[in-house]
This record gives sequence, structure tokens and C-alpha cells, in this order.
Amino acid sequence: MPQVTLTVNGKPHTATVEGRTLLVELLRETLGMTGTHVGCDTSQCGACVVHVDGKSVKSCTMLALQAEGTSVLTIEGLAAADGTLHPMQEMFREHHALQCGFCTPGMVMSAIDLVNTHPQGITEQEIREGLEGNLCRCTGYHNIVKAIAAAWPLMHGKAAAE
Amino acid sequence: MGFEGIGASVRRKEDQRFLNGKGNYTDDINRPGQTFASIKRSDRPHAKILSIDTTAAKAAPGVLAVFTGADLDAEEIGGLPCGWQIHNKDGSPMAEPKHPVLAVGKVRHVGDPIAVVIAETRQQAKDAAELLVIELEDLPAVAGVRDAIAPNAAAVHDDAPGNICYDWHIGDKAMVDAAFATAHKIVRLDLLNNRLIPNAMEPRAAVGEFDVNSGDYTLYTTSQNPHVIRLLMGAFVLHIPENKLRVVAPDVGGGFGSKIYHYAEEAIVTWASAKVRRPIKWTAERTESFMSDAHGRDHDSTAEMAVDAEGHFLAMRVHTLCNMGAYLSTFAPCVPTYLYATLLAGVYKTPAIYCEVKAVFTNTVPVDAYRGAGRPEATFLVERLVDAVAKDTGIDKIELRRKNFIPSDAFPYQTPVALQYDSGDYTATLNEALKVADYTGFETRRKAAASRGKLRGIGISTYLEACGIAPSAVVGSLGARAGLYEVANIRVHPTGSVTVFTGTHSHGQGHETTLAQLVCEQLGVPMSQVEVVHGDTAKIPFGMGTYGSRSLAVGGTAMVKAMDKIIAKGKKIAAHLMEAAVEDIEFKDNVFSVAGTDKTKTLTDISLAAYVPHNYPIEELEPGLDETAFYDPKNFTFPGGCHIAEVEIDPETGVTTVINFTAVDDVGRVINPMIVEGQIQGGVAQGIGQALLEAAIYDSSGQLLSGSMMDYTMPRADNLPNISVGTEITLCTHNPLGVKGCGEVGAIGSPPAIINALVDALKEYGVRHINMPATPQKLWSIIQAGRPAMAAE
Repeated sequence: MPQVTLTVNGKPHTATVEGRTLLVELLRETLGMTGTHVGCDTSQCGACVVHVDGKSVKSCTMLALQAEGTSVLTIEGLAAADGTLHPMQEMFREHHALQCGFCTPGMVMSAIDLVNTHPQGITEQEIREGLEGNLCRCTGYHNIVKAIAAAWPLMHGKAAAE
Repeated sequence: MGFEGIGASVRRKEDQRFLNGKGNYTDDINRPGQTFASIKRSDRPHAKILSIDTTAAKAAPGVLAVFTGADLDAEEIGGLPCGWQIHNKDGSPMAEPKHPVLAVGKVRHVGDPIAVVIAETRQQAKDAAELLVIELEDLPAVAGVRDAIAPNAAAVHDDAPGNICYDWHIGDKAMVDAAFATAHKIVRLDLLNNRLIPNAMEPRAAVGEFDVNSGDYTLYTTSQNPHVIRLLMGAFVLHIPENKLRVVAPDVGGGFGSKIYHYAEEAIVTWASAKVRRPIKWTAERTESFMSDAHGRDHDSTAEMAVDAEGHFLAMRVHTLCNMGAYLSTFAPCVPTYLYATLLAGVYKTPAIYCEVKAVFTNTVPVDAYRGAGRPEATFLVERLVDAVAKDTGIDKIELRRKNFIPSDAFPYQTPVALQYDSGDYTATLNEALKVADYTGFETRRKAAASRGKLRGIGISTYLEACGIAPSAVVGSLGARAGLYEVANIRVHPTGSVTVFTGTHSHGQGHETTLAQLVCEQLGVPMSQVEVVHGDTAKIPFGMGTYGSRSLAVGGTAMVKAMDKIIAKGKKIAAHLMEAAVEDIEFKDNVFSVAGTDKTKTLTDISLAAYVPHNYPIEELEPGLDETAFYDPKNFTFPGGCHIAEVEIDPETGVTTVINFTAVDDVGRVINPMIVEGQIQGGVAQGIGQALLEAAIYDSSGQLLSGSMMDYTMPRADNLPNISVGTEITLCTHNPLGVKGCGEVGAIGSPPAIINALVDALKEYGVRHINMPATPQKLWSIIQAGRPAMAAE
């Protein structure tokens, strides 16, 4: 079986996997990092979103072997070493943007990429459209949209608009 | 600490782990030596099983075992039990065909489990399942209720003639018929309530484990009610006594009803773990969820209202056909009866109501409770019918509602369909919603939209529901095979911190926060020193779980009762320590004091004395400060309110945009406003999903066409509006917290508000009713068909 070497949350890993192994399976089953979730089998739900070399990716759409040499960031690697939450995590908590928590890891990772890729500002409509690939069954998205809008100034170093 | 008691929007305790990817969901659990199960399911709607050849599968790499229905039969493993028995009009019990854990002789729906393969890895199990050779002989199948009751329809079960599960009714037929005979006008509407697939984001999963030395079984499962699963699976399926069976429902990623029921896979992994003497994990792929999680709703109804010349409702008559699917899921029979027909009075003083319900077996996935369960079906029917009455009589829809509301001074109010409402003020919620939605400004907005070529409409739904399920004696008399009380154990530790053990279960509702707030309020203990434990039969005395918006009304009340016992005992200890009479001891904000003196003891002083009883009334009191209460509610609770939807249709595409959605709900006392608002927003989103997007579609042969998230339209962020939530409170009169419940109101009140708004938007097109989901294609066709008529006018 082939080997894959990659960095996950700053730590190097080498694993032997079947060729058909998905990146999400490598994370959850081989590396035991169960923060990244699987909510569907058609790449619709986005619960498995991680960052690969800084870009959000549905880790169910990528083979583990395709992640060779990459740097992967998962929900477990988001908070600072001292436990301080990333601003997106903090705003999700503040605005009650999660209920059951199952879509949350993918939702937060997508939301961070969405804010990163909109340095000039982001409208509510852009947030809603930007979340096309992430399903949440609990919140009705209302508070998720609020949380992302609130995280934007924090992530871009702007004073939070009241 | 800031204020953390009742009424504070405390941020949730559980979020820390969820936001860091440290939730502990069933599929995250890995037991030493764990193996994996893959389930082979029927791809045919209805067929005879001629043979199953397991040879190749058993020989495949990594395979430990393959089991079929014959293996379970050989050990007399029971069928999956149904928890509710309905009786027919003639008093005879409903048809209750056996629901095998793995199919025996026949498969009856696409997704019916036939065999299970256990292997070292998930992939090996899946690969080997593909090697099973199963010979099936197709039988004619039925999918829709009308096809199923047609003469000579294919029989789903030999022991359910005509595919009828039950033929049930409620209400005074003679009185209703008499009112219809003399009515000024009769308004009739035929409506469908679409079939839905719950799709909690976490797929179902189960891990079964058998301890060879002790003979103990443990099941980790995605359940809303682990004690119920232990009872059903232990007593009726696997014959394992409670002391040998532990059921754990850890973090659960949403339920919406679909995780109430006892499913075959739970029994399979538990039973098989003793066969292979290794833990076994099964996790549904989403495609499996579509064809094996209980579906929701699926009603076909005719509703009629008799009115007098002034528009007063005189009587209502309803005939409903409901789809049970191929087998009876755990609580399926009660949904279209006691959770549906008893709600047909709604918020109106209709004096006579008669409803007949025929439940029908079909070759489809079993149907059971889905968020709201029965009450959305009733509300959709009533609120659509009321709008139809307004249209046919020419009376304004708001005026008509006001005219027929149960007045706020009429409580307690006995309806003609069994329920007795305790409190409510339907005018107050209506007025507030009209204000928030700027109802009076609507015609201006309609004109503005028209000038942009858009069709704007406004729809209203004034609804009521019954939750806080439920008084045991009442549900028992209605056919429930269990009591529906709740249990709480409050443990005050020696240094004054508190652990709450609750029989309810949180799968998104935020109980770890809300229930801790109750402790904060009643015992004055800060949130940081309160832990809420749920979801483990080994830790919690007993419990009936979470569904029917019951956790606070029933489970919260059990906590209040247990804390009352803590305070009562604490007063006796305090009286001893402060050398005062028990009657003179007062308790407030964590402090026991002697009335009229400055003598005080904190709860911590008392708990320490209780666990270190050196100076203690040991002759009268046992040491310790740990109390349990069982609470059986006296009545259901009756949240209600008003939902207003404002929509815009693009006539060129038929696409609906929900511009504004206003929900003003009376959910009784609110413990955590932030959480309540979130619950209502989520419920409304599911209601909008039902109204505009979602439908489980079977073709006439019983194939599920909407079998994945690519085919079934889940609401996405850009399908939904901001949802404005308000509350107007009347207190529940029969529980100490005055709470009613908020988990389901959003999904109950919203669908008719959306459809009423669409019918309003299309009023120039001669539309009387639109069945859900109101897809762009459906609306576009209505608009196209309506155009020539308009041109002719």
C-alpha cells in the first residue's frame, strides 16, 4: 500500500493507506482526528471542510494520496496553543451559530476561507451564497450569517462595527 | 459572574468542545478491537427473497461473519416493537404486522435490511457486502396511499387486509353532520402534506460491545432517548435484562424526531457483538439514511368547514389518509391520530369537529414523527382552510381569525377533540406579529414589487400546538405502551457544586446550559459549578428522552421537584446547625437564614455538613445531599402564536424569495432567550424547507427518486431569509416554571404562512391552493396557466 506524508495542524504525519482512501478517512480513521465530520456521501453537506495549503476543501472529495506534501488545517488546529479561540470560533459562540455542533467544524473552516477571500468587505448576500456548500439543519443559518459578519472585522483587523 | 438565571442569554457551555472539534459523536467512538458492519439493503420495493448465498462474502478478506434474517430467527430475536397501539372505529386493535430486524421471506421497501457483514475494516465489510448473492423475485408494489387502498392493490402484508393499519376517528359525527346540513356555506379544500426526509446532519450510527467476562452489553447510539432504546431493545428484541445492557447516546448531531425510534441496526450490532466477541461499529452513509431513517408526514386530506352568514365556524369535517410506510416505526401510529386530529380545533372555538383517519401500509420507508409530528399537519390543514373560508366568504383573513379565536378569558378551554387548553392569548400574538411585520404597510410594498414585475404576497398563520409530552395516564388511555414522565437527579457535592442527571437528551437544544440555568436560579449556584449529565443509562436513574418539546416542561419540572427536596432537606440541616426551628429557615440565593436574625449558612456549609456529618441531625436525617424526582405532567402544554411570511415570486422563473419572516410565539416562560430564538429560527427554516423545497419522491413502483442530497432539496443559506423572532408570554398554568416548549413551534406555524402568502401573491391567477413544496416549476406553471384567463378578463 502506498504511503502519504503531510502536515496536519503543524505536525508531520506519514501513513500507509489504500489508494482509495479519502483525505477525511485518513484524518478521522488513521490519524484519529475526529473533529472533521462526514455528513453525506455526495459532497453536498460540507461537514468535512478543512484547509489544504490555506484553501478550504471538502476532505471527502480528495484522496489522501493527493494531500502528499500539503499542509492541512483542521478544526482541532484552529485555536491558539493557549486555548484562545480563533475569532470565527468566538463569534460562532457569541452569536449562537451552532446547535448540535455536527456541521460546525466544516462551517467554521468554510467561513474562515470566505472571510479570507473577501478582504474588501463582505455583504450578507455574499455570505449566504458563500455558504452554498455547507448544510446546517439546526440553525436556519440566521445566526451563522451573523457570526461570519461579526468575525470579518476581527479577522481583518478592523474595529468591529456596532 | 453576571446574571445567569432564568431569562439570561447565557452563552452555551457545550460550545467549547463543539467549536474545537472535540465533540464526542457516536462515529467518533472507537473501541479496542473494533470491527465494522455493512448492511446489505434491498434495492427493490417489494420482492420475495428466494435465496441468499453468503459463501463468497464469508470468504472475503477480513470478514468475521455474515448474518441474515434466518440467523436471527433461529435465536428467536423478536421483531422491532411498536410503542403505540391505536384501535379501529369498531374497537378492534390496529393491524400490527411483524417488523423483522433483518428481512425474512420478503423485502417490503427500498432500504429494507437483508444481511449484515462484519469485517475488520469498514471497506472490507463494504466490499464483502457486494459479494452477497441475493436472489429476489419482484412483487407488485404500492407507494402512494390512494394506490394502496385501491381494489386489488398489492398487499404489503398478508395480515393487513386492504393495506389498512387502522381506520380511526374522533369527534361527534352526528353533531358535525347536523351543523353541515344547516350551514350558510361549506368551504372545502383538498390538501397533501408532503413527505419529508429528516436529514439530521449526523447520520445514524451504532457501536455494540459485549463483555465476555461480565456478560454486559453496551450500545453507543445516535438516540434522542437511550433509556427507551434500552427498554425496547432489551425487553422486546434481544431479551437482555436492564442490568446487563447499557445504552449511551453521546453527543448527537441533530434528531428532529428521526432518532427517537429503535432501529434495526442498534439490535444488529448489539446482538452480533456477542457472536463475534468484538465491538462492532455501523455508521450510515447518507444514502442509507435516506432509505432507512423514518420519514415524516405524508398525508392526503379533505377538509371542510361549515360557516354561518357572519363567518363563524360552525363545524369542521376532515378525512385523512396517512402513509405508514412498510412497517410500523416506534411511535408511528400516534402521529396521525393523537398528535394530529386532537389539534384540529387550532386556536378557534369551532364547536364541533369530526375527523376520520385511515392509516395505510405502502412499500416505502416507515413514516414516524418529524419535528412537530402531527401538529404541522393539523396546522397546515386548519390555517389553509381558514384562508379558503376568507376567500369564499369575502371576509378579511385577519378579521375572520379574530372573530373565531378562543378568547383569552375562556381558559381553561375544552375543545371538541379531547384537549383542554390551559392558557393563551391569540389576539396578543397576532397583534404583535402584525406590528413587527408592518402588515399595514404591505399594500404599498406589493405595489412597489409589482412595479418591478414581481408578485408579492403576505401570509398569516395563527397556530397552536400541544407539547410537553405527556401525562402518562392520558397517553396510556390513548394507546401508548409507556409512561411519559421525566426523571431528574440533583447531586449537591460536599463543596457545594452540583451535578444534574437528567433523563432528557440534548442533540442541539443546549440543555447543558439551559438546565444549568435552572440550578443557578433555584439554588443560587454559579453556572461554572453546575454540570449536566445526560444520555447514559449507566449514570441516569431513568428517563424518557427528548421529543415533543418536553425537556423543560417535563424534565425541567422534575429538576425543580428534586431541587425542592434538596432545599427541604437543607433547611432541616440548617435548622440543626443554627439551632432554630425548621419553619423559621428561609432559603434564597444559595443561603439558608433564620428569619428575623442575621444567622446564615451557605449551601456549601450545608452540603459539607451533609457529607461530613459530625454535627448533624443523624437521628432524623440520612447523610448526603442527593435527591431524585419523577415528574408526570398534569396536562400537555399549549404554545401558540402567529407567523407572518412575506414572499415575492419572479413570474419569469417561478422562483420564490421569502422577503421577511416574522414569528411571534407564546412559548411560556423563557429561560434562555438566545437559545429559544435559535430553536424557533431553526424550526422556521425546516418549515420553509417543507413549504418550498423538500419532498421525498417515490415513483409508482416504490423506487425512491429523491435518495440523496443531490436529489432532495435541503434548505441552504441562500434559500432562507432572516427570521425575526418575538415572544408574547402567557404562563403555562400547571408546571412550576410556567414553560410551554419551543422546539417545534417554528416548524408547525410556518408552512401555512408561506403557502398562504403564495396564494395571496397569486390571487389574480385564480389559485385556490398550492400543495407543498411550492417549487419554481409548480408556480411557473400556475402563472403560465393563469395568464390567458387574466388576458380574457
